[in-house]
Amino acid sequence: MSIQKVQNNKAWFMVMPVLILVAISAIIPLMTVVNYSVQDSFGNNEFFWVGTEWFQEVLASERFHNALLRTLLFSGLILAIEIPLGILIALAMPKRGWGVSVCLVLMALPLLIPWNVVGTIWQVFGRVDIGLLGHGLASLGIDYNYAQDNLDAWLTLILMDVWHWTSLVVLLCYSGLVAIPEVYYQAARIDGASRWAVFRFIQLPKIKRVLLIAVLLRFMDSFMIYTEPFVVTGGGPGNVTTFLSIDLVQMALGQFDLGPAAAMSLIYFLIILLVCWVFYTVMTSFDNDEQSNSGGAQ
Amino acid sequence: MASIQLQSLAHRYPLAPDYALCSMQQSWSDGGAYALLGPSGCGKTTLLNIISGLLRPSEGRVLFNDIDVTDLTTEQRNIAQVFQFPVVYDTMTVAENLAFPLRNRGVAKNEIEKRVADALQMLDLEERANDRARSLTADDKQKISLGRGLVRTDVQAILFDEPLTVIDPHLKWQLRTELKKIHQRFQHTMIYVTHDQTEALTFADQVIVMYEGAVVQIGTPQQLFETPEHTFVGKFIGSPGMNVLPCEIDGNEAVFAGKRIPLDRTIDNPTARFELGIRPEHIKLSTGDGMPLTVTALEDVGRHVIVRGEIAGTQVSALVKDGVAIPENPYVSFDSAHINLYADDYRVGSGGGG
Repeated sequence: MSIQKVQNNKAWFMVMPVLILVAISAIIPLMTVVNYSVQDSFGNNEFFWVGTEWFQEVLASERFHNALLRTLLFSGLILAIEIPLGILIALAMPKRGWGVSVCLVLMALPLLIPWNVVGTIWQVFGRVDIGLLGHGLASLGIDYNYAQDNLDAWLTLILMDVWHWTSLVVLLCYSGLVAIPEVYYQAARIDGASRWAVFRFIQLPKIKRVLLIAVLLRFMDSFMIYTEPFVVTGGGPGNVTTFLSIDLVQMALGQFDLGPAAAMSLIYFLIILLVCWVFYTVMTSFDNDEQSNSGGAQ
Repeated sequence: MASIQLQSLAHRYPLAPDYALCSMQQSWSDGGAYALLGPSGCGKTTLLNIISGLLRPSEGRVLFNDIDVTDLTTEQRNIAQVFQFPVVYDTMTVAENLAFPLRNRGVAKNEIEKRVADALQMLDLEERANDRARSLTADDKQKISLGRGLVRTDVQAILFDEPLTVIDPHLKWQLRTELKKIHQRFQHTMIYVTHDQTEALTFADQVIVMYEGAVVQIGTPQQLFETPEHTFVGKFIGSPGMNVLPCEIDGNEAVFAGKRIPLDRTIDNPTARFELGIRPEHIKLSTGDGMPLTVTALEDVGRHVIVRGEIAGTQVSALVKDGVAIPENPYVSFDSAHINLYADDYRVGSGGGG
């Protein structure tokens, strides 16, 4: 004898709003891009199937390779500077007293400024004729011009990103640091641990999780950076600061090559997904090791 | 190893209105096992942190072997301290955790290995030596915390801050015995903070009872039991605690509920608040001898029955051995050799005369 389960499809109406929202915000736009990426058009709204041709073209093109390398280099430099610097600042911040709120507000300020405003600030700041930085360097006799010199352009963009986003790393690390119970530091003093040992064996392990979030966020954001370099350098001089995002916009909106642009954005998306997955797997693998070890010993 | 002296030591936390520790003068001998006993918030941990150097006292000096160490850091004092909650270095293995304090002090490698192996054996952690410390249970983690103190054989003193709070009851007993053995073997000066009287009385040669930031009595477990110097000690030690009965003084007699109790001294001009202290163990129940007791509750605790009742509105507890009949309307009498007299909570004399 079996009990007949009552089927009730009304529940589907409950999830409808979410389905509609997700469809409009994510699924339909993404599918449109997929649709463009496998078709070609000569206007007149006539499309025909080209299969993986655009993907092959993008993957083989030197323009894409260069933009990808530039973007990877930019993200790599950003992470290499912002993560250690963020940890250092978080370590130096006071843990109690009136200094805490002062520091937190100062740290939060750059994060509150809209991207394009940050770009404009640095565009003006670095100008040789009127900018504080550019003019100051020029009057010191240093030949600095981000609009003409490749290295200067890169330095300006990296400095800008460090100024804008190190705070995020600082705030995340700081939240991890203040959560460490005082007794750990006391025990370390009893054990005669050096400052470095305290960092290496207490602080770093305890902030590992927030640090993972910081690395992921900073990688994704810097890999997708568009507004600030677009405002400051516009991808120049030449192509030296043309990152994937700027290249993509030029291709899609400048040249109106919808097929290759769609294929490129899908590849772009998959690269970000892949790199994030690698980061996540590597950084959480330590935990898994430990768990499997203890499982084996029991 | 060192003797520890506290000279006019007192501490007040910044911005706090009251002293966490009232001025005290203490001298604890080298190689002794001391227990700091008292209720939560009485200043035990503050005192311990001052001795280890984690906290600088606002007044007074700390001396190890007659050398002033008040201004020395924890590292310079060479002190081991075990905390209430386990502290382990997550990323290290059990053995690395135990080796850490030795490595920081530059002990030779083979010496480290030897001492770590010793500690692992002492704490029964040999099988887990190469496991990550974070994968252990709270019990084992606390064993590691203990172990990091015990591997250091050259320390001036080992301080324990309620180290067995998180440990399972059966293991508690085992570890306490182990600590006792370690003390006998190495003769470290050990100071053990606890609010559990059983722990204090079984661990220590000398128990220091603290109450509201002050040391109220130091003594052997027996002294604390028989002649509590403060009514708090009487109430805190023993289960149930000492009966404290308000009384009037008349020459060399105390008057409680109309009954005259002879004292060992004459008090001429009684102005203080006087109380008699008598342990439940020293109260006899009978059918018609002494004061009538109104029984309010009987608690059977195994070997004894605790009789709770009232005499003239004052709560009185008595212990009766299991199997001894308790009379219907009992009368109580006090064993006068075990009566203590208190004036404003401090002991001034004892019962006598008979």
